[in-house]
Amino acid sequence: MSMLSFERKYRVAGGTLVGGDLFDFWVGPFYVGFFGVTTAIFATLGTALIVYGAAIGDTWNIWQIDIAPPAIEYGLGLAPLREGGLWQIITVCAIGAFVSWALRQVEIARKLGMGFHIPIAFSFAIFAYLSLEVFRPIMLGAWGHAFPYGIFSHLDWVSNVGYQGLHFHYNPAHMLAVTCFFGTTLMLAMHGGVILSAVNPPEGEEVKHGQHENQYFRDTIVYSIGPLGIHRLGWFAAMNAGLWSAVCILISGPFWVGGWPYWYDWYLQLPFWNDMGLGGLG
Amino acid sequence: MASFHSLYSQIQIHGPYDEGIPLEGNDSPRVLSPVLSRWIGKIGDPQIGPTYLGACGIASLICGFIAIEIIGLNFWASVHWNPVAFIEGMAWHRLDPPEAKWGFTPFVPLTEGGWWIWAGFFLTASILLWWCRMYLRAKALGMSTHVAWAFASAIFLYLSLGFIRPMLMGSWHEAPPFGIIPHLNWTASFSVLYGNFYYNPFHCFSIVFLYGSVLLFAMHGGTILAVSRFGGERETEEIVDRGTAAERGALFWRWTMGFNATFESVHRWAYWFAILTTFTGAIGILLTGTVVDNWYLWGVKWGLAPEYPATYPDMTLPPEIAEQVRAASSAANPSTGPDASLEMPPPAGEAAR
Repeated sequence: MSMLSFERKYRVAGGTLVGGDLFDFWVGPFYVGFFGVTTAIFATLGTALIVYGAAIGDTWNIWQIDIAPPAIEYGLGLAPLREGGLWQIITVCAIGAFVSWALRQVEIARKLGMGFHIPIAFSFAIFAYLSLEVFRPIMLGAWGHAFPYGIFSHLDWVSNVGYQGLHFHYNPAHMLAVTCFFGTTLMLAMHGGVILSAVNPPEGEEVKHGQHENQYFRDTIVYSIGPLGIHRLGWFAAMNAGLWSAVCILISGPFWVGGWPYWYDWYLQLPFWNDMGLGGLG
Repeated sequence: MASFHSLYSQIQIHGPYDEGIPLEGNDSPRVLSPVLSRWIGKIGDPQIGPTYLGACGIASLICGFIAIEIIGLNFWASVHWNPVAFIEGMAWHRLDPPEAKWGFTPFVPLTEGGWWIWAGFFLTASILLWWCRMYLRAKALGMSTHVAWAFASAIFLYLSLGFIRPMLMGSWHEAPPFGIIPHLNWTASFSVLYGNFYYNPFHCFSIVFLYGSVLLFAMHGGTILAVSRFGGERETEEIVDRGTAAERGALFWRWTMGFNATFESVHRWAYWFAILTTFTGAIGILLTGTVVDNWYLWGVKWGLAPEYPATYPDMTLPPEIAEQVRAASSAANPSTGPDASLEMPPPAGEAAR
């Protein structure tokens, strides 16, 4: 059995959202549940269609396999399989699999008496995916505005859409998203590092706990947020990385069609710069 | 009835200040009287300070102050000491490294990039002294030095951008400028200049670790908050004496994805993902322009990228770029030889004239 030594007493019935006890069982280490079944169906079908798309495509080169959304001419309609229809079905499968996975996490959390913080955080990633592949294309009126499925083809899409805004670094929501990504990673390094340094002390030292972790950051950077606070902050910053990523692409096109460097004109044209009689940047 | 609050603290106990772990040996006294903040206490520890300064801390703050003064006064001088323009243009002001003609010499006139070198020198000194602090305080408290080594990885990326790569290229001009918008402009043009950084495999690694770090913190933070009702935030205690919080956290992921970390090993995953973000990023920077001139053509050579002329047959490439594309594509497909579509028509403007 692939059970951990302490696992048996936690494997209890109940906590399901849908299906009662019909799928309330484990396969190896995996919990199944109704949403485990739907995850498996969506993920298998989606993966098979990606492989099929590769088979009827131009190349088996793993880096260059590309399954593109329909051309802009199809608008928000359905496209033939070979002209973007595959992309549409794969997208439905991906959304089905992601949402099923989140709901399965809810069932597992209920079973273990835990809070729902993990599926809530995951829902921000799903929101970012939906923003790119569904919400923004709908606002722009064509599925062709979504990104393609392919390792380097989706990077090309990011590059091209970025330059359509002339210089995407000027997008203020993109700035916030990048700040959240870098900030979360910095905090992760600090948190991971301090826990490892406390429980793996130098030869001859005793294992350290919360008081020393607090003292280390108070001594070095004035403030230590503490063992509960760091997880609140990291969780919050990670979700905001996803949220502002979604916002930065949703506003780019549907709400701001100019180059992002020009967005700052409102700031440079504020009346009080000149009212001070010194002349501003001119 | 008491209830547990995982997102913010409704109940705060404000007792006497935590004076901190007693200092030993050559330690200087801590500074700043502690302050209790009810608002900060809503999400974290309400006590701010006291803190440890020491010789390294004082020296680091002085060097950092000098660096910021050099940068700020150069910004102000660039608008002829106009205070309104200084404030208005804060995000646009720039302090550039020396022109390429100066090479990598440290002796450059102040107004032609010398100030940039001095600002970089003091900023680097400040950062390295701060690193010593992170190392020495861990030692003084009887802990290991993991945080300092993670910081070292970030410093490696900073030095790669501003010092090591310019040294390898033989020119300060390769380094990024100081300034908010200018360093973003530098980043974008650096990518374009070297043929699209998305095809740089170490940039790929760096992004994977960056996004992976954020994913890990979402998973880890979420897990700890979700088991905080069982005392899960006392991680070090759960590491040395596993309790139900650690067991439930482990089983959540085992049942979700068939694999789980432990309360200790999740911090090893976290630590290495964060370290590798900047470390692989630094490798990607150091290879650019030294080993690889154009990451897109490098991608074509190794089969990562399709050739753009096949997609956009009317695109006109400058002759020397077309020659590089031809060389790269014949290296990738020796049997087929050069692509016929690379025979470029003269630019439209030339023909009209």
